Amino acid sequence: MANINTGTKNKKSIKKILVSKWQLLLMFAIPFVWYVIFCYVPMYGIQLAFKNYNPKLGYFGSPWVGLRYFKQFFSSYYCWDVIWNTISISLYSILFGFPIPIILAIIVNELPGKKFKKLLQNITYVPHFISMVVLCGMLYLFLSPQYGVLNNILGVFGIGPIGFLESEKYFKGVYVISEIWQESGWGSVIYIAALAGIDPALYEAAKIDGAGRFKRILHVSIPGIVPTIITLLILRIGQVMSIGFEKAYLLQNDLNIKSSEIISTLVYKQGILQGNFGYATAVGLFNSLINLSLIIIANKICKKLFETSLW
Amino acid sequence: MGYKKKSNGDLAFDLVITLISIMIILIIAYPLYFVVIASFSKPEAVLGGKISLWPVGFNLKSYTMILQENKIWTGYRNTILYTVLGTMINLVLSTLAAFSLSRKDMPLRTPLTFVISFTMLFGGGMIPVYMVVKNLKLTDTIWSMVIPNAINTYNLLVMKNYFQSSIPEEMQEAAAIDGCNHFQTLLKVVLPLSKPIVAVITLFYAVGHWNAFFNAIIYLRNQKLYPLQIILRDILLQNSLEAVGGDMTGMYEKVMQGETMKYALIIVACLPVLIFYPFVQKYFSKGIMVGAIKG
Repeated sequence: MANINTGTKNKKSIKKILVSKWQLLLMFAIPFVWYVIFCYVPMYGIQLAFKNYNPKLGYFGSPWVGLRYFKQFFSSYYCWDVIWNTISISLYSILFGFPIPIILAIIVNELPGKKFKKLLQNITYVPHFISMVVLCGMLYLFLSPQYGVLNNILGVFGIGPIGFLESEKYFKGVYVISEIWQESGWGSVIYIAALAGIDPALYEAAKIDGAGRFKRILHVSIPGIVPTIITLLILRIGQVMSIGFEKAYLLQNDLNIKSSEIISTLVYKQGILQGNFGYATAVGLFNSLINLSLIIIANKICKKLFETSLW
Repeated sequence: MGYKKKSNGDLAFDLVITLISIMIILIIAYPLYFVVIASFSKPEAVLGGKISLWPVGFNLKSYTMILQENKIWTGYRNTILYTVLGTMINLVLSTLAAFSLSRKDMPLRTPLTFVISFTMLFGGGMIPVYMVVKNLKLTDTIWSMVIPNAINTYNLLVMKNYFQSSIPEEMQEAAAIDGCNHFQTLLKVVLPLSKPIVAVITLFYAVGHWNAFFNAIIYLRNQKLYPLQIILRDILLQNSLEAVGGDMTGMYEKVMQGETMKYALIIVACLPVLIFYPFVQKYFSKGIMVGAIKG
């Protein structure tokens, strides 16, 4: 087909390309404007963290206050509790939650019988699509010290009733375990895809060498998905400080606040509810800067150690 | 895999992982199943811990009680509106950006891709975004539910990767030679070949809107605009019910029924997503995996 058009239409096609590039740029224009307004203008708005914002004076007119809000945050009585809650919930959920999707994917990969495989996958995906409000509603219903199923069961063994959500002791456990329940299945999708991409000849070769099922998992499956594991681990580390606002906020109450107040819920209360925009922006900025540095450091380390990296 | 005779060791291994899988299925499914049976049971049984495998004292009272709660239906209507409108905006913007960035002949392709990807690493944060929405006078309008989250960068990049890796360049070139401009190529060649990714991304966006809670508590003060999730929060977590309260006659029964109603409410709130899910689920492997793994 292309041969017919060469020669005579060469000049026309150059023009055509120029015209068509304008179309591509036009397509990109609206999304680009959106990115500028809703992602880059807010980055510019970070200067609120260093200003005593006055709506009448606007971004430009409001006076600079330097690092006042940062000092205020670090000298507040709740500062270290809030930072520790944010980090510890995240670390627990990496420690206990990160390996589970990998194990689940290996189980799916090893299961005999296609139908059962599909069943396991489709059921474990479902909780991911449940809204956070519903999940927290279920937690309140199941864990209620008066009527909750869990306390009913524990009662049979003479334990409790335990107010899981009414105590700072259990909050982080409830948070992490319910997250594992909700997200492990969905988290396994990407590992299942990676496992499916491993060359079957590798398994055959291992079999001929006398490797049993368990050894094949150890020496073929896991090495085959290490790059995926590392990529996701870097991404996960980059989110250490950005654990879900919604869940912490919804499960929060006066009794567990000491272990449930995290940076994002603090930003919401200070900024949106109380109108301390500068202070809330400063705390939020502190949070995103740590995230950014963590992901850069994690990426560097992985580049050195495993020669896998995001960029 | 099953074409050769299996050794005893292999069979034992199969047995063990099958048992583990059954346990996993029970752990995931039982809480959901419990919600279903509790919603059909009588309150005394639910609150007294008498339910385990099937409904006790089967009845539909919890559901009829939901019918009387007007604010649930207002929330339902609002959420449907936000979901339909929001998902359409999402799909149009994401497709346009993903398609243009997937083309090798896109001017400034690398820097523009960076401009987009960078927003996944760093952002202004909650308050500066709120200020933008407020200054644009979008707060307390339906637009605050659909515009600030008009693009999800992750979804956009998954889509872009899919266009790049699953649609042969030759097809797009052939379309151009046949006289298609880029809009026509996108509509007539690329999109028809991208059903799996479009289906999956539509599900992601739609579920995102259906489940959205965060935007509503930040941007909405007008109760008439509240989406379903806010109403759910009020009832499930803060026990605010119209039907309960008021006159004192039968107060105890109402409170009891109110507790059981929460189970039915969870079902009613999740139903649309669960109905939609099986239709899209078959595209998961094709859509998300191709797009995500190369990203």
